[in-house]
Amino acid sequence: MAGPVLEMRSIVKTFPGVKALSDVTLTVRQGEVHAICGENGAGKSTLMKVLSGVHPHGSYDGEILFEGEVCRFRDIRASEQHGIVIIHQELALVPYLSIAENIFLGNEHATRGFINWNETLRHASELLRRVGLDDHPETRVADIGVGKQQLVEIAKALSKKVKLLILDEPTAALNDEDSGKLLDLILELKNQGITSIIISHKLNEIRRVADSVTILRDGQSIETLDVKAAETTEDRIISGMVGRDLDNRFPDRTPHEAEVGAAPALEVRNWTVHHPIDRERKVVDDVSLHVRRGEIVGIAGLMGAGRTELAMSVFGRTYGRYAGGTVLKDGKEIRTKSVAEAVQNGIAYVTEDRKHYGLNLIDTINRNISLTALKKVAKRGVVDEHEERQVAEGFRKSMNIKAPTVFEPVGKLSGGNQQKVVLSKWIFAGPDVLILDEPTRGIDVGAKYEIYTVIDQLAAQGKAVVFISSELPELLGMCDRIYTMAAGRLTGEFPRAEATQESLMRQMTKDKEVTR
Amino acid sequence: MSTDVTAKSPAPAPPGKSGSAAGGGLLQLILDGMRRNMRQYGMLIALGLIVAFFAVATDGDLLLPRNVSNLVLQNSYVLILAIGMMLVIIAGHIDLSVGSLTAFVGAFAAVLTVQHDVSWPVAVVLCLIAGAVAGAVQGFFIAYLGIPSFIVTLAGMLIFRGLTEILLEGQTLGPFPDGLQKMGNGFLPEVGPETNYHNITLLLGFALIAFAVIQEFRDRKRQQEFSLEVLPKNIFVLKLVVIVAAILALTLLLASYKGAPIILLVLGVLVVGYGYVMRNSVFGRHIYAIGGNLPAAKLSGVKDKKVTFYIFLNMGALAALAGLAIAARLNAASPKAGLNYELEAIASAFIGGASMSGGVGTVLGAIIGGLVLGVLNNGMNLLSVGTDWQQVIKGLALLAAVGFDVWNKRKSGS
Repeated sequence: MAGPVLEMRSIVKTFPGVKALSDVTLTVRQGEVHAICGENGAGKSTLMKVLSGVHPHGSYDGEILFEGEVCRFRDIRASEQHGIVIIHQELALVPYLSIAENIFLGNEHATRGFINWNETLRHASELLRRVGLDDHPETRVADIGVGKQQLVEIAKALSKKVKLLILDEPTAALNDEDSGKLLDLILELKNQGITSIIISHKLNEIRRVADSVTILRDGQSIETLDVKAAETTEDRIISGMVGRDLDNRFPDRTPHEAEVGAAPALEVRNWTVHHPIDRERKVVDDVSLHVRRGEIVGIAGLMGAGRTELAMSVFGRTYGRYAGGTVLKDGKEIRTKSVAEAVQNGIAYVTEDRKHYGLNLIDTINRNISLTALKKVAKRGVVDEHEERQVAEGFRKSMNIKAPTVFEPVGKLSGGNQQKVVLSKWIFAGPDVLILDEPTRGIDVGAKYEIYTVIDQLAAQGKAVVFISSELPELLGMCDRIYTMAAGRLTGEFPRAEATQESLMRQMTKDKEVTR
Repeated sequence: MSTDVTAKSPAPAPPGKSGSAAGGGLLQLILDGMRRNMRQYGMLIALGLIVAFFAVATDGDLLLPRNVSNLVLQNSYVLILAIGMMLVIIAGHIDLSVGSLTAFVGAFAAVLTVQHDVSWPVAVVLCLIAGAVAGAVQGFFIAYLGIPSFIVTLAGMLIFRGLTEILLEGQTLGPFPDGLQKMGNGFLPEVGPETNYHNITLLLGFALIAFAVIQEFRDRKRQQEFSLEVLPKNIFVLKLVVIVAAILALTLLLASYKGAPIILLVLGVLVVGYGYVMRNSVFGRHIYAIGGNLPAAKLSGVKDKKVTFYIFLNMGALAALAGLAIAARLNAASPKAGLNYELEAIASAFIGGASMSGGVGTVLGAIIGGLVLGVLNNGMNLLSVGTDWQQVIKGLALLAAVGFDVWNKRKSGS
């Protein structure tokens, strides 16, 4: 068996307020395909950014050995000079340049600053042959599909004399056919002696291409398994991924008793949504679900499962292209074509990305809270500032928003307090149904507990709550019922009593080929 | 994070104590308040310094009643444009067409009143409508067709300039009827006994003082009704004194010459009205929201397209008003009128605290920015500085104001 080409020892990486990696060890053997898997936020991408120099030496603790040499990369260029190339989930191609120009961007075939086009095209054609792409190298990147763009990225990596290729969820945006081709190419490159690290949470993919798999959980490397060994089943990998303790504390909650006969507060039927640009791709595929008053219903799923896309498209069609389905409120069909209509019908969506979609960071707490329901503090189009301030003060106290006054710009608050402002804003709008998308992402434990308490109170007041989360213990601790999603489809529904981390993860990692 | 918040939390307590340590505490509170609105107070102070500099350099000529009156008349249309431009910039857009649009409206007014003998009030209304329509058309392209405002209004700039020349056939057209002329350079009428001051202006000034003071007291009472924190008493009194002194000074200055220019009253109504709209109306809030974070505003149910449309419609109407004012003042419509006014209005907004990325700024800021430019203009004219150097200095002033803001923001780490 070949020796290790890469060793990462005791890597620790902290961001302000969060420990993203605490003691990760990774050993990759020469010439293998090494998979890394773990839940969202387990630290996969951060680890690869440390390896490729995106997080430079000195910003983390621990040691990296590549080909037996200690490496201290200052930036991406330094790691690329050693033959380590990372291909990010969001492709880094310039759409209006040609394939050839993209391949050699920053690395041009040029003499004294002038590009040698003949050499550029010859070399590009050769690289394209190696990755099995038959488009002309002068084609604009914008004119080829995502799958082919992925191949261009790999050709670009090959041009840099890659020895270790890192692919971050390479098939997340691809259809089955393109995924298959890409996986074949990874195996082909392996035959040519190129070592690969592939981040994926599609277990069938891992079984197909990987030789070994390292499991990360909460910023720690849990174990490395030999994929080809008989005892490495999907269940085995899943139990490694989810083996988190359930000791996070949650407010005591009496599970909701489903009222017989009453129509659910919100029901979504056969909801299908296409990708906004790639119009062939179904991002949400024939999803039907419902939530009753006083009930907290979870939606579990990994990155790319379509949870946020489902929520946003239901909430005023703010994502993608609607392709079918109906929304019912209390048994009656409603229109949710615009955000205003959705809000009027008593639906609220609390975004997962509070900085970009939830808050006006340069504005104050009181103005952020009142924005969706300004009419409540206004008479004939004129806002009563005193009433507004009083409302905001009320939320500052009841939600325990830590700020000296409500006139503080929200950009200056901590993540947890910002989240409380977003929640206040939507609670003030007075909805019957709240869709909460990752409401505890990136906030500390204390603030999490406070937010759980608020969610619990909302349910107790008879609101229907949809709780989208990547943290399974959180769903298990808070929800009355949990749906699972994978690749845009609903793959399971569990009452609280029957759900376990393992059973949920099994449905979350289901891919189309597996269900067949 | 939670630790430093608890460390800070005793901070709100001092107001209670401040009575005992009046001197130091008062100054401290004022400084704190100013630091929170650094950009605006910074500019107000800068304006004060510029005024003081020119007052000294011109041996007091700058502050002569006649010159103050002139200053108002000279700058009224840029200030009117700056108000509308501030709204546009807060929303994250830009409008390059306003200079051409003022010229076009001026020409339209001349064609109506001079060539077709339309009575002047009717002409004013028609001109305002024409401006609003021009703004609305541009707003439609920007809001509903999604063409960047820079492009649409750049096109508008060319189109309206061209239409002006077509309307006027390259000639200057005038003079305007008396009523319209008054709008540009007229003063309030005088009644009552002979005093050394302009009576109506004095009365108006006193009325304004009374109104402002009553408004401040009502505000304070409302705040207490809602059991909200109010300004400490000494600061409140100081604020009243400053307000009264400022209005009184301006009133006496104007009243000792020909009285308040009519256009100043128009401007005053606009400042108060738009200030109120931006601060207190749902529409105003929505403008700040779409400029501050468009995706978040959309997800909050703000009708961003409608708001954008109305902002440009409004800008068109204000440009028409400015166009009427300039034409009336010059008593003629000229194909070259309003040249570069869009740039002065944009500069005023940025000097007055607007941000290139939108979401920030106040109507009062736009006025302060416009006055900074206006006083520079006027002061340098009095010192007979050539227009060549005037441009250089105004350019430097813009750069310094925005540079200061960027530096100040970086320092406070936000």
